[in-house]
Amino acid sequence: MMKEELVLAALARRKTDLSKGWYKFSRNPLSVAGLIILVLIVLAAVLAPHITPYPEHAGPYTNFSESSQSPNRKYFFGTDTVGRDVFTRVIFGYRFSLSLAVVVMCLSVPPGIILGLVAGYYQRTKLEIVIMRITDIFLAVPPLILALAITAMLSPNIMNQMMAISLMWWPWYCRLVYSITASLRNEYFVLEAELTGVRKLYILLRAILPNCVGPVLTKITLDMGFVITLGASLSFIGLGVQPPKPGLGTMVADGAKRLPAEWWMTIFPALAIVVVILAFNLVGDGLRDMFAVEEI
Amino acid sequence: MIRYIFQRLLQAIVVLFGLSVLIFFIARVVPGDPARVALGSLATKEQVQKLREELYLDKPFPVQYYFWLRGVLKGDLGISLYTRRPVVRDLSDYLPATLELVFFSFLISLVVGQVTGVLAGYFRNSLFDGLSRLVSYIGIATPPFAVAILLMFIFSHILGLAPAIGRISLALSPPPRLTGFFIIDGLLAGKPRLALNSLKHIILPAASLAIANLAQESRVTRSSIVDNLQKDYVAAHTVYGIPKGSILFKYLLKPSLIPTVSIMGLDIAFIIANAFLVELVFMWPGFARYAVTVMLNKDLNAIVAVVLVVGVAFAAVNVIVDIVVSFLDPRIRLQGRGE
Repeated sequence: MMKEELVLAALARRKTDLSKGWYKFSRNPLSVAGLIILVLIVLAAVLAPHITPYPEHAGPYTNFSESSQSPNRKYFFGTDTVGRDVFTRVIFGYRFSLSLAVVVMCLSVPPGIILGLVAGYYQRTKLEIVIMRITDIFLAVPPLILALAITAMLSPNIMNQMMAISLMWWPWYCRLVYSITASLRNEYFVLEAELTGVRKLYILLRAILPNCVGPVLTKITLDMGFVITLGASLSFIGLGVQPPKPGLGTMVADGAKRLPAEWWMTIFPALAIVVVILAFNLVGDGLRDMFAVEEI
Repeated sequence: MIRYIFQRLLQAIVVLFGLSVLIFFIARVVPGDPARVALGSLATKEQVQKLREELYLDKPFPVQYYFWLRGVLKGDLGISLYTRRPVVRDLSDYLPATLELVFFSFLISLVVGQVTGVLAGYFRNSLFDGLSRLVSYIGIATPPFAVAILLMFIFSHILGLAPAIGRISLALSPPPRLTGFFIIDGLLAGKPRLALNSLKHIILPAASLAIANLAQESRVTRSSIVDNLQKDYVAAHTVYGIPKGSILFKYLLKPSLIPTVSIMGLDIAFIIANAFLVELVFMWPGFARYAVTVMLNKDLNAIVAVVLVVGVAFAAVNVIVDIVVSFLDPRIRLQGRGE
């Protein structure tokens, strides 16, 4: 067979794999619902300055004549204590939450994967011991607490928050990829590649890495939800998005002081967090079934 | 067995040592002079210099770490730069309240999570199973601080069933301190009313902490029951005519609990982490609220101590969990011997 034919055949196989995967995913109505919600939220967050009714309310805006209004036709999530539209601020809050999750994943997943591949491949060497022990150290304290401590020691703002959470997140990927790599290390296709003298880099990237795609993608989807919770928690404590910027956690914390009478200031941002995390979890479960991932 | 426990302990110590280096290193490389932060902007240069020398800040990092570690091993975690008291004293004041809370919520999540998980797995695809899955989805998706606020809103503000904040009513004075657990101390002091009062105070925070965990636990137990139900030995027992109840309790439960027990360490870690949020909502005067206060005030000594205490607690829990699992699953216990 010609080389091009081989490439074409591989591409065609990949395409049928994808459509098969989508078929499996689409069989689960909950996951599809999650995906639709997620797409809507992402669109709303990206287009926030254009689609929200009062984009200027996302900053240091005040209008005391319309403060603390309960949900009505003009402000359907009500207004906060200085007269800003809660709905607008929730949508802008999504921008912070989502960009936090995306940045954390971009910063933490690649190093985690690389270290996991290396540690799993070079089993029973010093390299493995060093990498996995360092991983253990980072997993020795719940991520929220170490992220809190690091953000507090640097100064609290969204950049430091992103850095602190990323620093906490790579070990999970390192562990996941490590366990997959370790289980494949002595499979015939890897041994055969070694015997024929294929370069190590090629073995890691083309023989082993593709087997990690399913579990890693599933974990990323589920983790997006976790990171958003973590970010909201940091903001809730006061170590995240700083006012007047609208962080979802900050809004819940500020609103909680006005419970029970002015409930909309808390309940709507809190619901917004629940909805986005639920959506990520539903999609993640769908991916888990699709890739037949056992345990993450 | 003893060798296994010893190995686990050694591992835990290595990890804790690494953690202490990591957190101490971060605390020393952050921008800003800890001595200056502690004394405030009004202090003179000489005062700052003196404190720097007392804290060994003028020495290189390994020397600083050596002196600090020597102190820690002697039970001295330094002076809190915020409360101006020894960190150890602060911690011993605040820790019992949090332990009480964590213990209660762990108890709730264990009992409720196991029962619902076993039932949902045993009667899978029933209405109960569907309902419990729905609830656990929502439980996992709701951040603990939101759960706390919601529970406080419903049960305290609307229904008035439980007090919203604190550990004990302001009108009552806390019991004499023996264990630091108000409920136990109240009973020991012969004041059941006091114990009841603090029990009422603990229910809402403990329940908020339990909910996220409970959802996770019940899901794990459910799937492990479902897996084991399909095993040959269950079919064999059924064919032999052993009653369903005794199959469930005598043969199915023990192997099915292994996954649940092995994630218990993580569960407790999550409860401790989430306590940082829940204590804030319920104004629970515990360790976590103290931790948040020192963090917001950039009190480096106390922050390092807080992280270390959580690390030690987490490591201890994990060692205990591993030992329990090795009792449940002989394969793990005997691993080293067969080779």
